[in-house]
Amino acid sequence: MSIIDLSVSIGSLKLKNPIMLASGTVGYGNEISEFIDLSKIGGIVTKSISLKPRKGNPPQRIVETASGMLNAIGLANVGLDLFVEEKIPFLEKINSTIICNIAASTFEEYEKCVELLDHQSSIKAFEINVSCPNVKEGGLIFGNDITAVSKITEKVRAKTSKPIIIKLSPNNANIVDYAKAVKENGGDAVSAINTLVGTSFDIYSRMPKIKNVTGGLSGPAIKPVALAKVLEISKNVDIPIIGIGGIMNWKDVIEFMIVGSSAVQLGTVNFINPKAGIEVLTGIENYCKETSLKSLSEIIATRKI
Amino acid sequence: MLIKDVEVISNKQISVGTFLLEVESEEFSKSILPGQFFNIQVSQNSFPLLRRPFSISNISGNSLFFMYKVVGEGTQIMAEKKKGDILNLLGPLGNSFQYDDSYDQIFVVAGGIGIAPFPLLIKQFKTNQKYSVLFGVRNKHEVHDYGINNVVYSSDDGSIGLNGNVIELLRNNINENSTQKIKIYSCGPNSMFRALKQFIGNKNIDCEISMESAMACGFGICQGCPVEHNVENKYKLICKDGPIFKIQDIII
Repeated sequence: MSIIDLSVSIGSLKLKNPIMLASGTVGYGNEISEFIDLSKIGGIVTKSISLKPRKGNPPQRIVETASGMLNAIGLANVGLDLFVEEKIPFLEKINSTIICNIAASTFEEYEKCVELLDHQSSIKAFEINVSCPNVKEGGLIFGNDITAVSKITEKVRAKTSKPIIIKLSPNNANIVDYAKAVKENGGDAVSAINTLVGTSFDIYSRMPKIKNVTGGLSGPAIKPVALAKVLEISKNVDIPIIGIGGIMNWKDVIEFMIVGSSAVQLGTVNFINPKAGIEVLTGIENYCKETSLKSLSEIIATRKI
Repeated sequence: MLIKDVEVISNKQISVGTFLLEVESEEFSKSILPGQFFNIQVSQNSFPLLRRPFSISNISGNSLFFMYKVVGEGTQIMAEKKKGDILNLLGPLGNSFQYDDSYDQIFVVAGGIGIAPFPLLIKQFKTNQKYSVLFGVRNKHEVHDYGINNVVYSSDDGSIGLNGNVIELLRNNINENSTQKIKIYSCGPNSMFRALKQFIGNKNIDCEISMESAMACGFGICQGCPVEHNVENKYKLICKDGPIFKIQDIII
């Protein structure tokens, strides 16, 4: 047995290690479990769930770009009822910490989803995806509107006592203000960052390579941006941060933690190496031994600037 | 489904721009069905970042064969692989072609590199199975005969076989009024599938197609490779629900 304590806390949420698998890169756990023992992973964030099933965007949905990829999946998901009926029974069995990601197009839909899922004992926390268009307000993205983010946090807070994590968009001027708004309205943590808006065109057809024209950029290309956002929040707001953005290996995990993350999420790497979540744990343990750390959480926000 | 490093045995050009890669893996070679594919990591660094999907072309002993056309950066790197180099394979993925020996006549309809999955399928045919391979190419330089027999060609420029497309070639070779039990297996670009679907119309012909798409994971988690399904009015994933579909079920 390992003598190094890899456990971390995100507010009241305890994880056996800081490795979480990001929403939209692990489905509902079943496919990736063919490659990886999910019980060894700190936490699994489900594919975004909305109240009703969402068909998602027409193809082409993804394209590779320099050291990254653009996606416009359109939050395709089975909807809340089928999630409860078909997906939760599997998630209950895997002995990891399950965080349910919620996506919605109205304030009421966020409230309703959290309310309906709150009694599910296998769900240990909610991660709120605010990067969806607000259909009532004419398609504006919630995540780029600080009043909306405050209101969503406040409304879902009223519906659950479980930890609430707000997944912040990097596509706004000052992420610190958003993290402050989350804290002030009762959110327990932020995850940062969601994907960056990008696009890619074919120079011969002069058409966009993805049907939605723009998509979310992820992968190693965004890691420096994500680190800078984590740093900004960590310097200015006293709230636990889950770092996300282009993590490919254990060194990236350590870097995110030093900069200010209490835990991290692995995303795009799961598509390339579905075993990455476990492989990084070995590297992290070796790093702790090498640097004489007894507890990994000691390194959180220990950046020297 | 496994993730394994495999060793390159050979990698040779078989026609202009088309290569045949042979890798060795005892473990993989036992469990593959015709029409399945592998998601191959062509480089160990983050360029290109994503794996590339290739259907299995053939199996012989412990060797797996992949036929591919150099079209972009990933396949260019793949074309430079030499004996002894290592590639990381994830697979086998997806569903497979359905074959039984009840068909009087089979047509394999391939457009360009769409010929890739058929050598392994043809091997499954019973010895007296009547079949033709209809191979549509741009010009005679794209032609090769790896793993295929009973081939007739069409070419866009008329440099080999019928001057026209492969669906016209099918029209010339099929007896539309026959009461025979006919099966078509097809792989190629979506434009070819559209013409094929139109040709089949309401005819009593069983037709399976192997579709391709850009994809990230290859096993259902990224949701990046949807195709619209007629029957269930929802998107299916090419990687997981396919890549083989009945042509009538798909909106192309």
